[in-house]
Amino acid sequence: MIDVNRQGEVWVFAEQEDGSLHDVALELTGKARWLADRLGVAVGAVLPGGGVADDGMKKLAAELIAHGADKVYVVDDDRLGHYQTNSYARVLTTLIEKHCPQIVLFGATPMGRDLAPRVASKAMAGLTADCTDLNISDVTDPKTKQVHEKLLLQIRPAFGGNIIATIVNYDQWPQMATVREGVMQLGDPDASRKGEVIEETVELDESCLAIKLIERHVEEQKVNLKAARIVVAGGGGVGSKDNFSMLYDLAGSLGGVVAASRAAVDGGYIDKAHQIGQTGTTVRPALYIAVGISGAVQHRAGMEESAKIIAINTDPAAPIHSVAHYSIVGDFSKVVPMMIKAIKEKEIA
Amino acid sequence: MSYDSIVCVKQVPDTANVTAEAMKEDGTVNRAALPAIFNPEDLHALETALEVRDAHGGTVTVLTMGPPKAAEVLRECLYRGADKAVLLTDRRAAASDTLATSYILSQAIRTIGKYDFVFCGRQAIDGDTAQVGPQCAEKLDIPQITYLEKVVKLSGDVAKIRRNIGQGYEVVEAKLPVLFTVVDTANTPRPQAACRVMRCKHARVAGEIQGEVRTAMPDASDEDRQAEVERRVKATDERGLMIEQWDLDHIGADLQRCGLAGSPTKVQKVLSVVLTTDGFQEVAATEEGVRQLIKELVVDRTLG
Repeated sequence: MIDVNRQGEVWVFAEQEDGSLHDVALELTGKARWLADRLGVAVGAVLPGGGVADDGMKKLAAELIAHGADKVYVVDDDRLGHYQTNSYARVLTTLIEKHCPQIVLFGATPMGRDLAPRVASKAMAGLTADCTDLNISDVTDPKTKQVHEKLLLQIRPAFGGNIIATIVNYDQWPQMATVREGVMQLGDPDASRKGEVIEETVELDESCLAIKLIERHVEEQKVNLKAARIVVAGGGGVGSKDNFSMLYDLAGSLGGVVAASRAAVDGGYIDKAHQIGQTGTTVRPALYIAVGISGAVQHRAGMEESAKIIAINTDPAAPIHSVAHYSIVGDFSKVVPMMIKAIKEKEIA
Repeated sequence: MSYDSIVCVKQVPDTANVTAEAMKEDGTVNRAALPAIFNPEDLHALETALEVRDAHGGTVTVLTMGPPKAAEVLRECLYRGADKAVLLTDRRAAASDTLATSYILSQAIRTIGKYDFVFCGRQAIDGDTAQVGPQCAEKLDIPQITYLEKVVKLSGDVAKIRRNIGQGYEVVEAKLPVLFTVVDTANTPRPQAACRVMRCKHARVAGEIQGEVRTAMPDASDEDRQAEVERRVKATDERGLMIEQWDLDHIGADLQRCGLAGSPTKVQKVLSVVLTTDGFQEVAATEEGVRQLIKELVVDRTLG
């Protein structure tokens, strides 16, 4: 635990793998910039890695700076080439003790969710998982009436998304949070931004290297939901794997991708890689067409920021209509072919 | 070589099915109104531990923290094959966040004593944080392997594990002791065994017996009740069915690190999710309605 440190920087763990930064690291750097501007402090990114060519790490540091970092703490060590919990945790805890940041943010990726709790436990600091929003505000302790100035508000769904809780950490700093990929918007890089690259060395002993990597198999990303301008998503109401072909036809006619709710994935209609929502991908496309999706909170959390939402559902009371801009109460097996037809007519015209 | 495992399990409100009746006026969920279930991923953690024991020998001890009612999940573990169960219950542990919870669990694990593996579910469905497992490992100063999907091989003091990393998998090796968090694709949990249900359905923690006596003897004096509690505890113990019940003193916990005092994170505000029903435009499910919609989307440049 570090003491309350008003001059402390806002930090981001810069997750990288095989020499490229994870999107969430850049998304969070942008958010950290926003938070740091409200606090009047600098943004720092912590970039551990190894085996990446020297200019490779520099390239990553430049990307972080272009997205809003003022300082990039580079820890370049061959033993940090592959992520493992204890070595990366040692890097983070050592640098936290040395520089006393007031906020540390991690992506809620498999790596971030493995690392952040270990770091928080070692630092005896608070940690809030899977935040959907972050803000800065003064907070009054309801018991002591003491006012804590400019705390990090860590906002997240809880109880399966049925409530939204705001979590704060008064004095056992740093204030730490993880944020899911795609929740914060990826800003445009500004190549003219200036920042400082600081090389740090962290001592790694045997206990940091307790896990031996035998084999690693990373699948090609099957579908890039985040990058799609148009998403056609099917839910349990689609009813079968065969029926999903209609959604592929619609997506094809619009140049979009097919996604799904958890119900459709659990039903075996489509692979989990297509899942939207709290336990899947968060998207914000120009158009989101929800077909036969009831719209449980967990699903809505992953799509409600879409610019335009069309809901097609036989149930007029389905919660999905509440986030939709256009609502079609009807049988998708009739409505979807009508849509395909209307799109084709538009193309001919 | 045989292996001794400790499995951390949790009784959770069934958050997947929260009804309006379960919401209190202040917007918080009334946990009491939700059915309490065995946290789903913890069942997979238990199954992994049982499979290790079945293949190599050793013991499986289950540990939970919660009110006396949480002994329900411990009984479920016994029905499925756990050898021993421990309930950590203490009012002073209430309102613990993940840091305080992991401290308390790690103290309980140290009190259980010798172990080769600690198994946890990846995360619990009430908080979805996935933090307690890794934080326990840090408190115990042992390595963690998260998202365990398969125990590939155990030989001597080395465990070879396949872990799911989202876009693929890793096979890693670690020397024990080590803590694992287990995902739901790891296995299919075994059903409860009828003979074990018959044997263990009367297993109780002391706190449950006290509650049962209070209900059965509402008008009796404290002395009479206490005597009845003692009688029932003795009878249950003679049948080998008392489940261990520990408090914070028993595990030597520093109270400053437990409950509210030991929790850096504070809940500042809770809002229930409110659905708005206005603001959307209804589109008729007809060819004309759909055609108009597509036209509108072209006009506002949503469709290129």
